[in-house]
Amino acid sequence: MIATRAFTGILFGVFALSAQEGHGVTPADIQRGAQVFLAICASCHGANGDAISGVDLGSGQFRRARTDRELSDLIQKGIPGTPMPPGNYTDEQVSLIVAYLHSMATAPRIVTSPGMGTGDPARGKAIFDGKGQCRSCHRLNDVGGFTGPDLTSIGAARRPGELQQSLLDPNAGIRDANRPVRAVTLDGTEIRGTLLNYDAYSLQLLDTSGKLRSFQTDKLREYELMKTSPMPGFKDKLTAQELADLVSYLATLKGQSR
Amino acid sequence: MSVRTITLLLAGTAILLAQVPFDRILHADREPQNWLTYSGNLNGERYSSLTQITAANAGNLELKWVLQTRTPAEATSKYEATSLVVDGVLYTVQPPNVVVAVDAVTGRIFWTHAYNPVSAARLCCGRVNRGLAILSNTLYMGTIDGNLIALDSRDGHQIWSVPLGRPEAGYSVTVAPLVVKDKIISGPAGGEYGISGFLAAFNGGTGKEIWRFNTVPKPGEPGNETWAGQSWTHGGGSIWTTGSYDPELNLIYWGIGKASPDWNGALREGDNLYTSSVIALDADTGKLKWHYQFTPHDEFDFDSTQVPVLADTTWRGRPRKLMFFANRNGFFYVLDRVTGEFLQGNAFVKVTWAAGIDAKGRPVRVGHPTPEGAVIYPGNQGATNWYNPSYSPHTGLFYIPSWIDTSSVNTSRPAEYQEGNQYTAGSATHEVPALRSPATNRRLQDSGWGAIQAVDPATGEVKWQFRMVDVTDSGVLTTASDIVFAGGREGYFFALDARTGAVLWKAMTGGQISAGPVTYAVDGKQYVSVPAGNAVFTFCLRDQQ
Repeated sequence: MIATRAFTGILFGVFALSAQEGHGVTPADIQRGAQVFLAICASCHGANGDAISGVDLGSGQFRRARTDRELSDLIQKGIPGTPMPPGNYTDEQVSLIVAYLHSMATAPRIVTSPGMGTGDPARGKAIFDGKGQCRSCHRLNDVGGFTGPDLTSIGAARRPGELQQSLLDPNAGIRDANRPVRAVTLDGTEIRGTLLNYDAYSLQLLDTSGKLRSFQTDKLREYELMKTSPMPGFKDKLTAQELADLVSYLATLKGQSR
Repeated sequence: MSVRTITLLLAGTAILLAQVPFDRILHADREPQNWLTYSGNLNGERYSSLTQITAANAGNLELKWVLQTRTPAEATSKYEATSLVVDGVLYTVQPPNVVVAVDAVTGRIFWTHAYNPVSAARLCCGRVNRGLAILSNTLYMGTIDGNLIALDSRDGHQIWSVPLGRPEAGYSVTVAPLVVKDKIISGPAGGEYGISGFLAAFNGGTGKEIWRFNTVPKPGEPGNETWAGQSWTHGGGSIWTTGSYDPELNLIYWGIGKASPDWNGALREGDNLYTSSVIALDADTGKLKWHYQFTPHDEFDFDSTQVPVLADTTWRGRPRKLMFFANRNGFFYVLDRVTGEFLQGNAFVKVTWAAGIDAKGRPVRVGHPTPEGAVIYPGNQGATNWYNPSYSPHTGLFYIPSWIDTSSVNTSRPAEYQEGNQYTAGSATHEVPALRSPATNRRLQDSGWGAIQAVDPATGEVKWQFRMVDVTDSGVLTTASDIVFAGGREGYFFALDARTGAVLWKAMTGGQISAGPVTYAVDGKQYVSVPAGNAVFTFCLRDQQ
């Protein structure tokens, strides 16, 4: 257990990090950074980075680190005399964590519902498999549909607040990796799926039956990279407690990285 | 849209379609538009019944697409993977362990899975991978840090991983697995590090090990008596080229690596079974049915890691189940694959380590490494190697990518085993580089050259050979339209007349070809595809104007 007092004490001197340091990062880097953060940092700092009193890693401000280099050193070497341990991380892992910490600071703050921390994962699982009908569109441990993203390791990739937001407003933050796509062939056949790749001449997708498909765009009547999700919002379909239960269950899903 | 509506719309999507059940692999000859297993079929022929590309039109082949590796290749990386093609999707492995699924028509990427091997991985001869296997919706790949992993063929996510050995001790997995029924067959490489080799079967769904055959027998197992003292403990017997399968006999055939240490046989007196052998195992139990040792007490680094090619043909006037095996030791063998009986062995290159093969199939040894160094033909890189041959039942000829008249000076030295260090007890020096040739070639032909040789299995006679200046690490592909596709270190990918060896077409890829070509068809159009340098090149006939 990490002593809150110790952590509060060590992070003296608040400096804003320069967001301009280093090379640019992509949304994919940030998503990978989230996975590393949730795997390494969240056990003490919490999934939202604010589990230790007085320390909010999502604020973008760090008392002991003014630059990315200093922050990286701190992650690698730990803080002697405190519960913050050194870590044998690769340079890539550290840079991904740093990228993710920056993204936490610039992303809109997600306000979790009252009672969000009180969910029961067992009840959440029952909702997942029953009332929520989540497997109709999502796979979990290789069972389920292909319309939505695989959720086997969603708890290792998303913070609880993000999960809640996706359930309440599926259109709020569709990630490129989960981009729904609709294509119509010249004979009028409609294919729906998840975008995998596209260019000026072709389109690749995983269709809703789990089949890899590739099309020449001049052989399509039309195609659309959708900005709305086929997932229904659950705002009026689940009670606040049911929502908390479902989020708490999703947060436990930390299977093999996908 | 309501949850109910979504559910109705997507009725059936939760049902996982088994894309490639074993029955499809078993009958791969019924769907030549695909390439479902390492050799194209389970008998190891690497022969396709596609005939759209012919001797008459091969000159109209043109480049369709190129897939570049996404990261610069390392100095010791080579692109050795045979691609798989399943219903219009081509799967390849960029070195060392990056799996990519692409549209087989355009080369555009569906997904990439970049496996990161641990830094402890150590390989004697390049950070390479020779390809994938597929069963149902799962791809299987060995990793250079000693694991066998399973990936979902639809999105590339990893399903399971099982270790075959510790990378710190030199265990690596470079072989393309073989699927037999519900089992994934694989084994570790690492002969230069003194591993203790085995071939094992794993459940395709779970990765659970079903059976294991120790290629260097442990005490109490038959064959252990062929190892003096404790020499079996680090005896090698590695696995690094894919085997074949006869469903009627339910036997798996696999070529086994050399004995360790390589060059000083005094450290391991005896025949050293089952190194430098081919083994026939019951597919369900892994029990040994028979074995044949090509190079007893191998002191030349010859291994026997070639693809055993299974042919049903007439032999001396009667139908017989045969195995053709072009061995790195310089001899082309014909065996009875029911019993393992030796039927014939002929040298296809200059050979000085043996004066011949006696009536029982045992080589007559005349050469050994010495402390001062002894010149041995063929050299330790062999007369051929892991690069696959091909057998065309249409021409009845067997096609070998050969290193002609190469030699090495083999020197023996004392050695003690230390985990993680190379355990070779000597060395070989040779004028032809082992891994890759320099960008410019000024080496004289006196030290050897490369060829595609066509051998008549009935006589062992070389019917024709297509000569290259440099040697070749390319596999060979034949088609029912009597075309041989192959390449070499020079970078040419070419089509030859399978009956004469005449060049029908060639293309310069700009990089060494170190993999086996495949052919497939999508929407009625035939393609031929091969990795070269750091990319995959795919060709098809020019569209008619």
